[in-house]
Order: sequence, then structure tokens, then C-alpha cells
Amino acid sequence: MGLTMDVQKENSMIKQKQMLSDHFMALSQVKETGKKVAYTFVPGNLTELITAFDMLPVYPEINSLQSGMRKKSGDFIREAEDVGYPEDVCSYVKCDIGMMLQGNIGPTDQLLPSPDILLLSYTGCFVFMKWFENLRRLYPHAEIAMLHIPYQADGRVDPAAVKYIKDQLTKDVIPKFEKVAGKRLSDTVLAECLSRSAVAEDLLMNVFESARHKPSPIDAYFGGVYYIGPIFTSFRGSPACVGYYEELWKEVQYRIAHKLGPITPDGAITEEKYRLVVEGPPNWTNFRDFWKLFYDHGAVFVGSTYTRVGGLYDYGFRHSPDDPLGSLAEYCLGCYTNRNLPQRIELIEKFITDCDADGLVINSIKSCNSFSAGQLAMMRDIEERRGIPVGFIETDLVDPRYYSYSNIKNRLDSFFQMLEQRKELQPRARVIA
Amino acid sequence: MMNSVADAMVRHQQTDLAASLDQAKGLFNDLSFAYVRDWKGQNPSRRVIGFLPIYIPREIIHAHGMLPVGLFGAGDRIPVVKGDAYFQSYICHLPRTVIEMALNGNLDAFDGFIFPAICDVIRNLSGIFQLKFNAKLIRYLDFPQNFDPEVGGVFYRTALRQLSEDLARLNGVAGDVAALNHSISLYNENRRLVKDLSDFRAASPHKVSAVEYYLILRAGQTLTIEDHNAFVRRVMPQLAERDALPEDKIRVVVSGSFCEQPPLGLIRTIENAGCYIVEDDFQLGLQWMGDPIPDDTADPLAALVDAYLTKSTYSSAVYDGDHPKEEQLVAQVRERRADGVIFCAPSFCDPALLDRPLLEKAMDRSHIRHISFQYHENLGQFHVVKEQAGTFADMIKLWD
Repeated sequence: MGLTMDVQKENSMIKQKQMLSDHFMALSQVKETGKKVAYTFVPGNLTELITAFDMLPVYPEINSLQSGMRKKSGDFIREAEDVGYPEDVCSYVKCDIGMMLQGNIGPTDQLLPSPDILLLSYTGCFVFMKWFENLRRLYPHAEIAMLHIPYQADGRVDPAAVKYIKDQLTKDVIPKFEKVAGKRLSDTVLAECLSRSAVAEDLLMNVFESARHKPSPIDAYFGGVYYIGPIFTSFRGSPACVGYYEELWKEVQYRIAHKLGPITPDGAITEEKYRLVVEGPPNWTNFRDFWKLFYDHGAVFVGSTYTRVGGLYDYGFRHSPDDPLGSLAEYCLGCYTNRNLPQRIELIEKFITDCDADGLVINSIKSCNSFSAGQLAMMRDIEERRGIPVGFIETDLVDPRYYSYSNIKNRLDSFFQMLEQRKELQPRARVIA
Repeated sequence: MMNSVADAMVRHQQTDLAASLDQAKGLFNDLSFAYVRDWKGQNPSRRVIGFLPIYIPREIIHAHGMLPVGLFGAGDRIPVVKGDAYFQSYICHLPRTVIEMALNGNLDAFDGFIFPAICDVIRNLSGIFQLKFNAKLIRYLDFPQNFDPEVGGVFYRTALRQLSEDLARLNGVAGDVAALNHSISLYNENRRLVKDLSDFRAASPHKVSAVEYYLILRAGQTLTIEDHNAFVRRVMPQLAERDALPEDKIRVVVSGSFCEQPPLGLIRTIENAGCYIVEDDFQLGLQWMGDPIPDDTADPLAALVDAYLTKSTYSSAVYDGDHPKEEQLVAQVRERRADGVIFCAPSFCDPALLDRPLLEKAMDRSHIRHISFQYHENLGQFHVVKEQAGTFADMIKLWD
């Protein structure tokens, strides 16, 4: 890894870090600036709409995952359990509520403002509905807007569902936002945001599709969670978001040109030994250890379903200023976990084929039935149809009690042995020049 | 054996109470669905549609000449072998026995399955059925969480119309206005009978045990609506004539067990520990509508839509909007003159368990005593529940 590459890599990361810092600073200053705050969720989020009202979004599940990475989630979860939340339920919910009960100090150690509006949009996860029913009681003065997104049960975008979402936006969600914001929605501002979203989405897809190269210049899972940060959270539709992805794409192009692999916390991968696809979210409490379990084996993720949880652009969808509400509706409907199991399998197979993967890893998350229920059936189906090795491991999102390093390592060691045996039968050198 | 049960249901109106209850228990225990196969065998055009909890508009299925059958898992009555290969240990138990039954052939007589939108597990179970049983009709029914007739109502109407068209393709029966109105009238009658039975139980819990009440209702998840109406009509006076004295028990509402069903032993344990269950949500779908649905309109589909939007009961699977569920539970406790609430939910059930802190707080605010525990459908040890429920009952008897 040369110095130039380190600097280039840092450019996009520094940019993202600065964007986050600015955002949390703005959140901490809402009393002074008078800006309104919308709490909402990542999958199928309506960031452009929130931005068009000049509001600041807060994503509780992002706060939870940040708490997990900062080793604070265990304490927050216990706090929530002390007030009656059972051990069995989603750890994101408990982590967020525990953080709120301990003063709502966010990931940057700054006070998070209370919501002026709770935008209950729950693409692909029923728990979100329960989460905001709970938050509604904890923030009794907040407005609440429900945006119900139907499931893509038949494997297609149903026009009736699009109409239903547009009707909800027009008759319920937008009027509530207008009431809280004290102003009308500007169609022009929304259209501008959506145009910028489409530009960023093109760039992101360039980045993800670069994993077809050998060696892959990116890790589409562990690196991928950083790549999706701006577009799936507070920044989609902003000039800063476009700037971030332009920078990132430049870095990736550099790595492609120089046949460089992705960078890990311990430096660049010098030999791409295994190309893997992964289904399911990562573990956040032990993120670096978890990643290390893979890169120590020279394993690079070339496809990841989790990085489509906030929106899926692989089949051509882009936000559009020509049909703002229809485009928002299609976006919500298309998120990964809002797709039925055959569609999810199809996407995984696309990754395997497009990126010439050696194996599939399923990280089954105890907290997340939206992802996890059905994964064993998906695994059987893919194994039978593709004859590809599948490694199945179990962790949790942010509950440290459910991360067992030795269990995971044992399973992964077996999986890598299986991959190695196959490789001996079908040798395919991928030594980086 | 089950053919004789079916015959008995239909033909013999003068059976005694014990025989009636045996029939209900026979249906409950019969995982081969002999009654269903018998019904289907009587006419080649008949079709059977299985549905998952909690609620679906059974009227539409009935109007197409089909039999809707509730699939509530198999409890502790079958060993789960294949099902455990489909669901991780931290996923609730009901889908394991459903898939086990499907893979073992218990559901071969079923022509289709409807999965209502209640939680992430049932949603993804529909996907597993798509993968494994795609020769059958597999439908996911998305209920609107928006209750504006012009928004959620329009969406739901489209969903019901699509369901109706799917069903019509199965046996060629169109399900016209007259048929749907007739079906609605039969289900109205059923809801009235179930409500009467529920009121009777609340007034005279010593005359019908919680398990008996459960089994009488559970029969309605399998029998044709005509047979279940006849069954409840027959059993009600038999229960009323029962010679039984009230015991010194507290009156409780059991809340939280709307999908995965508790084992009968658990229901019995609560009662034996000194509690009369005067209200529960074990089979909430049978009482989903609080009032009758108009059954003489030119647009019965609209009547079903309106009923869903305006007459539905509260549930952990439904956004409570402007009607906080806490207030509804408190009202239920008051109406049934209950002494307390037992929160009893399946393990790993996000909807029920995430409601619990809200409901517990509301009970505290209203000075209603409560306890809570979790179960799974094949739970075999009840002594902890017995101790908890017994202590709860003793506490109320001593201090209230």
C-alpha cells in the first residue's frame, strides 16, 4: 500500500467524518437555530423530503449501531431491560431507548434533541412500528406520521402499493410535516434533492460494481457499510453527498487501475484468496474482530445484501425529479428486506454470478427477524441450485452478550477449509501484482 | 375416528356436553385434518385455504365455496424435526410446527395458504412457502395501517379484490354479491355466538373452564362456519345447565398471546393456580370485529373494508394511531370486572413483547395488578407459571 493510496482513502473517510460532525453539531444547536427534528428509520427513508422541509433527520438505529461500535450498547440495553423490555426483543430498540433514558447523549457525546416529528416508515420491519409506538409515549409532544409500506410479496412493485404510498404522503405525511415545519413543501427543492440523489446513486453503483474486478478494489460488506453511510442516512440529496461519492469513486478507480485490494484496519489485503458474498447485517459490538476473522483468511466480500437495506439500485432504480412521490414510493418498496425470499435469493445469485464468488456467508442476527427468519431456507435453496459452499454464523446487532468469538471462529474455520478444498480442485490464483 | 366426529357435528344435535367437548378436543388434536379432508371429499369443486393468525376475512373464502382453516401450529403434539432446520433457535416456535406439518404432508389437502401481515416471521414464512410449495396458492395479505377510507381503505379494497380473483381461479366460483352477503351473515352470527359465549364465560367462569372455552372456539378454526355456529348453539345451553359452584378465584384478563398459542397445560395451570380467565386474546381473529358487518348491501366488499377500518379490535399487529392500546386494555379490564392482568406472550415475539412495557405502565397508572411471563407452544413444564400465578392470586385475595 503506497502513501498516495492511504491519502486518497482518507479523503473520502475524512469527508464523511466531517459531514457527520457537522450534522451532529447542527442537531446540538437546534435550540439556537430553531431547526425542527425528524426521527425516522433507514430502510426506505425519505431524507429528501425531510431536507426539503429544512429539517434535520435522526436515525435511531444508526445511533444504536454507533453505540454498539463504541461499546456502550450493553449498558443501554440493560437500562431498557431494567424498565421492562424483555431480553428477547430487538437490541436496536433497547439500545436506543436505554440511551434516551440515560439522557439521549448521541454518538458524538452531544445531546440529541427530542423529535418534533416521528416519521414511522417501516419498510421491511414490523419492529419499527413497535419502536415508534414506544417512542411516541416517551415523546408525547412529538407529531407522528405513519407511512405504511406494503411488502413486495409477489416479487414486483404493485401499482396499488405505489398509489397507496403516494396517497399517504399526500394526505397524511406531507401535511403533518407542513404543520410541524410551519411551511409548505417546495416541489422545486424536493426535485433538486432527488436529482442529486440519482447522481449519488449512480456513483455508489459504480463503486459496488467495481467488485467484479479481480482483485476486488472494495470490500462490499465491511467497507460497504462506510460507503452506504451518507446515502442511507442524513445526506442523500445534498451536494455534500454527491461530493463524497465523487471522491470515493476516484479512490476506487485508482485501486482498480493499480490492481489494489481493499484496505482493512490492519492495512491493505495483499492476496485476495476468497471472494465471498454475504447475507445479513454485520455485528457492531465487535466489528473489527469480526472483520479480522475474514481478512486474516484473505477473504474479500464482493457482494452484500446488507448494503441494500436502505435502498436497492442494482436493477436500475434511481430517484427521479420527474415523479417525486412515485419515485419515493418505489424506493421504499424496493428495499432489500421488503423483497420476498425468492427476490432476495435472486439478488444473492446475481452477486455470485456477476462477481464470480467462491462462497456465501450468512450472518444470522438474533435481533432481526426481518432478515433472519427464512435465511435457512434461502441457504438450502442456494446450496442446492448453485452448489456453492455456505457458511452460517449467528451474532447480534448490538447486544454484546450474543457475540461468541470462539463459536464464530470455529464455524468460519470449517467454512474456509471447505473453500480451500474446493480451490485445490479448481485452482484459481489471485495473487495481487 | 374423525369422520365420525364430522358426522356427529353435523347430524347429532342432542349430544351431551361431554361429547361436545370431546368433539372439540378431537378436532384440536387431529393434525391430519380428517374433518377437512372429509369436507373436501364430498364435492370435487371444494377447496381448502389455510391461514395463519391472527385475522383474515374468512367471508371471502367462504363466498367462493371454500373452507378457511386456521393454522395455529401444532403445539406440543408433534416432535419438531424438519422445522428446526428452517428456523434458528431465537425465532418463535409456531413457524417450526407449521413447516413441520407442511413437510410431513399434514397439509396436503390444502389448496392454498394466506399469510396475514402481522410480523416479520409470518411475513418471511410466506416466502418459505413460496420456495417450498409453489404449486399451491400462496398469498400474503397486507392490511393497511392507515385507516383513512380514501387511503388505506382503497388499498385494502384492491388487496381483497385481488385475493378474490386468485380464489376464483382455484375452483371457478366467482363469489358474487349475494354469496358474499350470505357469508357475511353467517360470520356475523358466529361473532355474535362467540361474543355470547365470551359474556357467559365472564359472568359464570365456574361453568366453563378456560380450556373448554378455548377448545370450543378453536373448533371454529377448522369447522365450516355453518357447523361451528351449530356447535356453539348446541353447547351454550349445555354449559348453562351445568351444576357447578363458584370457587374462590380471582378474575384475570390474559393478554399477549395472539399468534403462537399457549399449550393447553399452561391455560389449565393458570386456572388451577386460582385464576378465572374472564377475557383473553388467544384466538383474537374470531372476535376481530366488534360489531356486525352489514350483510345486505350492494357492495359487500366495501362492507368488509369498512369493518376492518372501523370495527377492528386492538392488537399488537396493528398500529394503534389515535386509540392507545393501553386505554383499550384498561377498558377491557373494567368491563370484565377483572382483578388483574396476566401478560402471557410467546418467547421472541417482538410485537407482543414490545407492547408489554407500555401496557404494564398503563396498568400501574390505573392501579391494576399484573404479572408477566413468556411461553412457547411446546412448553412442557408449568410449575414456575403455577407458582407465579398462584402467588398473584393469593396476593390479590389477601390485599384487595
